[in-house]
Parts: sequence; C-alpha cells; structure tokens
Amino acid sequence: MSAPFRTASGGRVERSVPVSFTFGGTSYEGLRGDTLASALLAHGVHQVTTSIKLGRPRGVGAAWAEDPSSLVQVEEPFPDPMQLATTTEVFDGLVAHGVPGQGRLADIGDSARYDSRHLHVDLLVVGAGPAGVQAALTAARSGARVALVDEQSEPGGSLLGTTDLVDGRPALEWVGDAAAELAAAPEVVHLQRTTVFGVYDDGFALAVERRTDHLGGAAPREVSRQRVWRIRARRTVVATGAHERPVVFTDNDRPGTMLAGSARTFLHRYGVLAGTRAVVLTTNDSAYRAAVELADAGVEVAAVVDTRPQVPAHWAAECAGRGIEVRSGSAVVGTRGTDRVTHARVAARDGGAVDDVACDLLLVSGGWNPAVHLYSQARGKLAFDTSLGAFLPTGRLDDLLVAGAAAGAQELATCLRQGGAASATALVELGLDVVPVPVPSTPAAPPVTAPDLVWTVPDVDGDTSRQFVDLQRDATVADVQRALGAGLRSPEHVKRYTTIGTAHDQGKTSGVVTSGIIAELLGGGPDDVGTTTFRPPYTPVAFATLAGRDRGQLFDPVRTTALHDWHVRAGAVWEDVGQWKRPRYYPLAGEDVETAVLRECAAARTGVGILDGSTLGKIDVQGPDAGELLDRLYTNLMSSLAVGKVRYGVMCGADGMVIDDGTVLRVAEDRFLVMTTTGGAAKVLDWMEEWHQTEWPELGVHLASVTEQWSAFPVVGPRSRDVIQAVFGPSGVDAANEAFGFMTWQDTVLDGAPVRLARISFSGELAWEVHVSSWHAVAVWERLVEAGRPYGITPYGTETMHVLRAEKGYPIIGQDTDGTVTPQDLGMAWVVSKKKPDFVGKRSFARADNLREDRKQLVGLLPVDRTTVLPEGSQVVELAESGELPPPPVPMLGHVTSSYRSAHLERPFALALVKGGRARAGQLVHVPVKGRLVAVEVTGPVLVDPEGARRDG
Amino acid sequence: MQMIRCPWCGPREEVEFHYGGQAHVPYPAEPAALSDEEWAHYVFFRDNTRGAFAERWSHSAGCRRWFNALRDTVSYRFLAVYRPGDPRPVLDQTPTAGASS
Amino acid sequence: MADAAPSTTPSTGPSSSGLLPRTHPLDVRPDLTEQTAGAVVAKPLTTAVQVRAELPGPAADAAARVLGVALPARPGTWVATPAGGRVVWLGPDEWLVLDPTTTPWDLEPRLREALAPAGGAAVDVSAQRVVLELSGPLARDLLAAGCAVDTHPSVFPAGRAAQTLLAQAGVVLLALSDDGRHYELLVRSSFARYLADWLVDAATEHRARRA
Repeated sequence: MSAPFRTASGGRVERSVPVSFTFGGTSYEGLRGDTLASALLAHGVHQVTTSIKLGRPRGVGAAWAEDPSSLVQVEEPFPDPMQLATTTEVFDGLVAHGVPGQGRLADIGDSARYDSRHLHVDLLVVGAGPAGVQAALTAARSGARVALVDEQSEPGGSLLGTTDLVDGRPALEWVGDAAAELAAAPEVVHLQRTTVFGVYDDGFALAVERRTDHLGGAAPREVSRQRVWRIRARRTVVATGAHERPVVFTDNDRPGTMLAGSARTFLHRYGVLAGTRAVVLTTNDSAYRAAVELADAGVEVAAVVDTRPQVPAHWAAECAGRGIEVRSGSAVVGTRGTDRVTHARVAARDGGAVDDVACDLLLVSGGWNPAVHLYSQARGKLAFDTSLGAFLPTGRLDDLLVAGAAAGAQELATCLRQGGAASATALVELGLDVVPVPVPSTPAAPPVTAPDLVWTVPDVDGDTSRQFVDLQRDATVADVQRALGAGLRSPEHVKRYTTIGTAHDQGKTSGVVTSGIIAELLGGGPDDVGTTTFRPPYTPVAFATLAGRDRGQLFDPVRTTALHDWHVRAGAVWEDVGQWKRPRYYPLAGEDVETAVLRECAAARTGVGILDGSTLGKIDVQGPDAGELLDRLYTNLMSSLAVGKVRYGVMCGADGMVIDDGTVLRVAEDRFLVMTTTGGAAKVLDWMEEWHQTEWPELGVHLASVTEQWSAFPVVGPRSRDVIQAVFGPSGVDAANEAFGFMTWQDTVLDGAPVRLARISFSGELAWEVHVSSWHAVAVWERLVEAGRPYGITPYGTETMHVLRAEKGYPIIGQDTDGTVTPQDLGMAWVVSKKKPDFVGKRSFARADNLREDRKQLVGLLPVDRTTVLPEGSQVVELAESGELPPPPVPMLGHVTSSYRSAHLERPFALALVKGGRARAGQLVHVPVKGRLVAVEVTGPVLVDPEGARRDG
Repeated sequence: MQMIRCPWCGPREEVEFHYGGQAHVPYPAEPAALSDEEWAHYVFFRDNTRGAFAERWSHSAGCRRWFNALRDTVSYRFLAVYRPGDPRPVLDQTPTAGASS
Repeated sequence: MADAAPSTTPSTGPSSSGLLPRTHPLDVRPDLTEQTAGAVVAKPLTTAVQVRAELPGPAADAAARVLGVALPARPGTWVATPAGGRVVWLGPDEWLVLDPTTTPWDLEPRLREALAPAGGAAVDVSAQRVVLELSGPLARDLLAAGCAVDTHPSVFPAGRAAQTLLAQAGVVLLALSDDGRHYELLVRSSFARYLADWLVDAATEHRARRA
C-alpha cells in the first residue's frame, strides 16, 4: 500500500527499511523511524479514535507527547493500553487500534524484563535539543560526570523538526558530531528514548528508558524492555524545550486540526505532509514558518489567519512570494467536516461574515508554553510573561537551572548560548574548571513581532459546548464556565471540577489555556490565576516499569536458615514469617495439615520432636553494665541471673505494653545472650540500641546481632534426654536432671565445633535448645535426627510449635497481643519485678487505665461441642438473659487470638483476649462462627500440665 | 528521595534511616515521682512544631547510630545534624525562605 | 579471561579443626559465577569477629596489638591486617575483623580477653554473613542495579567501605581496587540466597551477551 502523503525525499526516516503494521484492522506500511502517527498520516489517515464521552472523531493533534488526542491500544507484540500514536514507534508486526479514553490491560503475565540503574553525575542535562547538547558538551569537555537524557529516539529536540543551520550546515549534523563526541567521553552517559519524569529532593531525578519498545517482537528477551534510571545529580540543567499551545474555538477537535509546529515536524522529521490544503491560525510569528515550509513542500496553503491586526512585514513578504493569503485581525471561529476537517470557518475578529475556507488541514498556534514541568516539580516558582504570553521560571533553584526554550528563549542562538552558560555556571559552582565551548553560529533570525494573547475565539452563536479545552476529557469552555459559576476560582479547583488536565497528557496543552480562560472570564491576567501544580510523572509510567525486578521470586527477600535444603528434602510446607521461610509442617504421604500437625504434636508430647528455631532473634550483650541495661529494659530482674542460667523475660514499651519476650542466657559475668521472637529480632536490637545510645550512653555495654551466627534447634519431648545424651554424652554432657537442670545451659564441643545446650521449653515438655554456629547447623541437626531415629524423632513445624505453646498458655507476642496488652493482662504479673525501682514501662502499670478490672485478659476457651475450631479473630460475645444475642450493636467482649486442635486434649481449644476474662473462668460465653453461636467455656490459659510436671521428663 | 547526612557515614538515601521522633525528650529521672498526667506527657505528647524541629534519626541500614537533626517541618529540609549529647545547634539564619505558604 | 575473579567455590567439607562438616549457604548455587558472567564468586567460610572499642582508648590499643594494625578511625574505610585479613569500620566504636582462618573460636576469645578489661567487646560473627567477591568489568553495573552508593573510583577507591542496601538486602560493600573492578560484598547469611539470585538475575543481559 503506497503512502501518498510521504514526500519524495528527506526526513529522518529510513526510506529503505519499510515496516508493516496493522492499525484498526488495516495493514499499512511505514518506514523505520516513523511513529504510528507519522505512518498513518503518510497514508492520509487522520482519525485515530473517538473521544471518551462524546464519541467525537479524534485525530493527531501534535507530533509528540503533548498530543491530547491520538490515544491507541497496542495489541501486538504485547497489550499496552493508552499509548499515543505520536510517541509509539512503528515496527514490523505492530498491531494497534484507537481507544476512546481507556485501554485494556493484558490478561496474561508480562514476561518482559524491567530493571533500574543508579547513576551519579555532576551534571544532569534534560533534553538533547540545542540548549541541552551545548550544555552537555560544555560539561563533558570540562571533565564532569554528565548525563544527557532525552525522550526522543534521537538527539536534536526541536531541531528534528526544522531546517535550521548551525555553523553553516544542517543543524542535525552538528548534533550528530556532538553526540559522537559525548559517546567517546568516558564520564558521559547519553540516553535517548529516556524521559526524565520526575525531579525530587537533593538532585534526585527519575527517568524511564524505553530500551526495546521500538524493536517490537524482535526485542531480545534478555534485555530489559524499560529501565528506570535513578539519577543523583549535583546540578541539573533543564533544557526541555517548549510545547506549542492551541487556541480554543468551536469544533477545534476535528481530525486534521493540528498544532502548527507539529506539522513542520511531520514534514521535516518524518517526510510526511499532513494534508493537501491548509489553513493556518496563529497568534504569533512561529506558525508562519509552518505555512511557508509546507507551501514549499507542495501543500496548498489557503490562508494564514493571524489574530493580530498587523502582519509582520517579513512574513507578509514571505507569504506574498508564495501566493499565500494572509488574513490579519481574523480568527477561525469553527470548523466543518465529519471525521476530518473540510472547512475552516474564518471571520474577522471584530465580527462580520464567516467565510468557510476549504481545507483538509487546520494548523493552529496560540503561542508556546515553556516545558517548565521539572522546574516546577522541584518547587520553582513561575510568573506569567505578558510579552511572551507564557509562564516562565522566575529564576533558578539551588541545584537546578533552566535553559533554552524551557526558559522562554525563542531563537536558536539564544538556546545554544543559554545551554552553554547554564552548564558553565553549574560547573563553576561545583568547583570544576570550565572548558568553554564556543557558541556555534546560526543565521540571523527575522525580527519577532509581539504575539497576541488569545485563549478562545468566541463562537458566533455564543455556544461554548463544542469549544474543547481538554480533548482527552471532552472538557469544554462551557465546563470551565460552569465551574466558575459554581463559585470555583482556583485553577486547582477548576481542574477537579472539570477534570481538565487529569487525563493521560496531564494538561500539557490544556493547563495554561485553562488558566487563560479563567483569567479571561474573571477579568485579570493569567498571572493572577496561576497554574495548577506540576507533578510527576511528566508522562505516564507503567507500574511494571516502576516495580522493575522486584517481582516474582525477588518481590521480597526470602530469608532462609542454614537448614533450608534439609527442610526442602523433608517435604516441608512453608509458612512465611516476616521474610523468613519456615517449615509449617512436614506432611507424610497422604496427610493433610490437620493430620500432620496432630502427629507432630503427639510426637513432641509422647516421644521426641525437633524444630528449626534458627529464626529466633539473638543478641549478644557484652560489657560490665550488660545486666544493668537488661534490668532497665526487661520487666524482671536479669542482673541477678547466675552464669550458666537461663531466664524468661518480657519487654514493654514506655506505655507498659508488651513488645517482645524471650529467654536470656547469662554466658559470662559480663555477657548475655538475648533471644527474641522471630519477628522481633531487628526491632528489639533497635530498641536496645535506642535506649543505650540516646538515654544511657554511660552504660558500658555493647550489642551485636548474632541471629544468623547461631542456629537453634529445640529438641522436645519425653525422649529428648535420650537424644541429647546420645549425641553429646560422648563429649561429656550429662543430661540427667540433677546434672543439667531446667533453665540452665552448658557448653560442649562436638567434633571440634562448639555447641551450646540450654534446657528451655516452649512446650512444657522436657526439652533442650541446641545452639550451634550456622556453619555446623546441618551436621548437628543430622546427628540429632540420626540419634533420635530409635525414638521416632519427628521434625515439626511452626504449626505444631504454636499448638504446643498454646496448650501451655504461652502467648505469641504479636499474635496473642496487639500493642495494647500488658504483662498483667497476659496473666504474667510474676514476670514483673516488684524489687526494681524502675524499668521501661513500669510507671505505666500504675496508670488508671491499666488497673481497670475489665481490661482484656488472656484466657483459654474450650468449645463446648468439642469439635469446633474457632476461627482466629472471631469475636467473643455474651448472650442476654434470654439466651439470645443482645440487640445490635452487640457488645464485644474480645476476640480469639489463637485456635487449634489439640492432640493431647483431644478437642479444639483457643486463646482469647476477653474483658475481665480471668474472673469469667468457668463461665460460658459465645463465639459467632459462620452464622451460628458456638458456646465456649472460659478457662485459664494453661490447658496442658498446669502443674509443670512434664518439663523434667 | 532525600539525602540525609549521617554524622559519620555522610549523605545517604533516606531509606537507610529510621525516624525516632522528637529529640531532647529525656527519660524522667524518677518516673515514680510523676503524676499520671506528667507521665502521660512524657509517654504520649510531643511538640508539633512548624519550622525547625529537633528530632532523632537512626542510620539503621548503615552504622546503626542514632543522631539528632534539625529539620524544617515546612520544607522537610535538613538544616543540621548533630551527634547525641551535643547541644542543639543555633542556626545563623531562619529556616528556608520560601517555605512559608 | 583476565577480568574473571578467582574461581573459588564455596568451601564445604570438614573444618580444619575437626570432623564436623560445614555448610556454606551458597553451596546450592554452584553455578553462581557462571550465571553472573564471571562477575560474582562466593568466598569460602572464614572467621569474622565484631569488635567494639572506644577510639582512641585502651581497648582500641589492645585490639591493635592483637590484630597487628590500628583500627581504622575514618568512617567508611577498611584496612588490611598482617594476617591477610581486613578490619572494616562499621561504626564510631565498631569494627568487623575478617580473618582468613577457619577457627573463629580461637580469635574471638583472644580479642575478647584483650578488649573486655579495657571496656571493649568481641563477638564471633563468622556465620552471620557470607562474603561475595565482585570483579571485572560488570562489577559496577551489577552494583548500580540496586545500590544507591556512588561506586565511582574517584569517590569509592580501594580502602573504602559502606554499609548500605543492595536491592532489598543490607550489605557491607568494600572497594578492593582503584579501578572500579574489584569489590567484596558482605551479606547476612539468611539473605545470601536472595542476593545471589538477585545478582544472577541482574546479570541476565551480560550472560546473554557472553553466550
């Protein structure tokens, strides 16, 4: 299929590399270097889609990311919603179609890779147009670390869409030479197809590089499709150019209506004529270039409609020479056509007849908005410059400068000069020796005549409902009028009322126009109205890109113990405990969780079980004041613990609420080993360091995490002594009660490796914890398992551990507590020292609220039916005298915190926090379970061996 | 992503740090001697300053040391960092011009 | 190739001091070096002792006597020991001694006995961390994929160290050369597999390019 609107030669497209793509079900041929928009325009296709609310035809309104209308859905090679035809590069096999507003996410997983890189530079230059290239060259020659980042497929910026000369030759040759020089500089990173989408604190900028999007299905799978660059720059030069601004008039959304400068870009960059017969509406000089250049390329320019009463002499002459009619003091008041503009309706601004001028292309220029987004994101202040008709940066920021068209420069020479100067200024501030880069010469530009400020052209009938301000939102001047009529004044409020600027383009063409319209309607100038806040991202960024490689297996670190592979081989089913992978249970063939856990529990209560407890937090506490620090942080006394002994302790916050618990081993006079919960390991070390460093630096004590240093295996059950004796007896350990008492520890050496044994029980059973360097964890574990084989040693997981401890009423901090529970609430007043004058939390125990009789207290619950396992989290309620639930709202007594089936009790049981629970022992309360009320008996929390007879075997 | 200057390690990204609330709130010498209200003030009440605020930070992913910082609560900018035990620095200028709104 | 790191594999097997076998957390990643295009090598298990002392002070002096080198005072640095190990600054009163021996239960008490009377401390943390060696032309790129610290040799030359984050794991990063091509990475043992997997994934493009 031939492309009738492709010029015979010129442009940046590769005419020898055709690509085939499908749009809206029709196959087309484009050229490498085309965007979807330029390729469609080359075929005369202007309508891309229909609008979101009104279903009006919409076409290509601009040549790049500022386009508010050419929204497409990419289907192949992978579904990608809400892309712009103007920024989507074509490739073989591209399949896309227009979308009215919203696209469709893929319903299959995205197998593309996304990644990120950190980059540190002296100077970040955003934009590789004339100002940016000159800035980057200056910094590179000065030896600075530089990043030059540009969103297009090749450098040049605005020069890609012009015929400008630099140093007497085509400007892009100058750009090409500069790019080659930058590529050879060792400290320069030059990124194209990369959008700096946000500027944040302290020179931090985020950019997204589209690495393989333009390759389509040919993209190498191992190369990340998109990459987020996390750039830390000591100085940033924003050289992001300017966006042309539309003028709002009736039916200004008709396909064929386009920003004037964009038509130049389609011509010069892509070799595409955007129409055959054009009308140009302008408020300023810049659109004359489009008129003249398009005319020279063969487009019939029917008229230039200039809103200004006086036509600039230079451009009047240029037009006259080409036979282009210029209508001064006039405007386009509307368009005709259905899916494509057929006429521009032209009228004098002071009224008079409307002349319908036939055309298939309507070019519009309402002036230029410097792309101040990044400057503004960095909290730079803007002011409206009436002579330029634009919001400009009011200056520079500490670490960010603006240069070129983004700073309001209008001429190429000014852009080049400003780029070099901004770079040099930044480098001097960084203490670098600047090697100046001569500003290349440019031909003299024609004199500039002041622009006209025209936001809207009044409809001849006063109807504003088809005067589109934000094409993506189908929001019109009428909507702005309604917002103001509702009393809104701030552009932020108008934005939210009308949705202008909230769509895909974030108001690149509509934002400033809205401010102008508000000013016009309210009286006053745009400066009085201001703009809405510019927020990142500058252009949309996919969540997959932001997630990068933090997905799948790498989404969150998986922490493993030294025994992980043993557990894998043993068929463990896993529980995620924080970031740890812990075996939850080890099912035998055909076992479900319930059967497996009952079997594991029975083994620990009647034979011997073994648990990998290595995830428990472990903190080495050393120094002459080690005991003193622990005394101040634990509720009970630790300094009195004898070397060789173990004590259980509880830690509270200053508010008296339990934050962690665990055992403490006194290793030496000046050394303790503190064991914390798995989840509390980092928190407790931080907590201890915080008090030590910030409150009591005078204490001679040093803390170190040894969580991974030590592996820890509870060996639990009546036969545990046999196993311990078998493995460590040869090393001289005597595991008899008299020789190895409860809550004591002993060191030994197993084949050259130090091992520590401690008689600690979290189950009520006779038990040892075996502590060994994680280097030897596998070896020691395997010895224990081997030695336990005659006794049926059974590895058990966290589920069994939970059942065993719950049967004994041992709480899990964070499961049976929630930050509002005191040791007394847990029934552990015994762990709170009466002797110590103070410790963290003590004073709070005496607060009135903590002395209430009706505080929630930890109790046991036994379902009377002996079969229901109460769901954890269930509410506990009390029935009225009638035996019915009281009328809503039903008072809640508390909730179930732990609930299991007990092999030992041969019935389900639960722990719960219940108001005044201890006083309710023996009473019946109820727990709603799936719409029925389960009667439960309140008991003390210790359900197995309340006398503690089992711990010595 | 702000950079925070650890007094030892130098500037690092803010994700390496933990916030520790208001600085210079000493643990009472004799908690038992305080009324419930006085104790509650220590436990639960902190200033809500507009402007320069002295607060505690920990370089938790780095050297694990606590330090103090003066930070402008309007602009978020760090005005000074100092080591525990050092007095709160006196700023020679008022915090961030342009921070008012 | 000249850039490749020494092809050491994680050390497993009997310890030098006895018969009890030792297990390296990365034994299960024997192809780590290959999968990272030659950039990453898991180092054998060796001694590491965390040392606490006031500097200057008697405990620091005592440590220097045991180690044969003064504890580095400058934050974010490491020094070599005469025994072929390193002393890494971890905090203003905290260092990590890396020692090529495999019997930490010898070095810890020696240091503790010297330091404790002077107010210092020493803790065996040999099994707390795993050491990875990064070398060659990819080393800095792999780090830049997940580490916010500037590793440019002009600011992070040989002798510099940083405790920071690589991906979502806390690490101690040591610069071993001035050319940006040689680093060591210390990571908590429980995070070692995560980090190894992360490095392998980070090397995907390099691996493909090599193949």
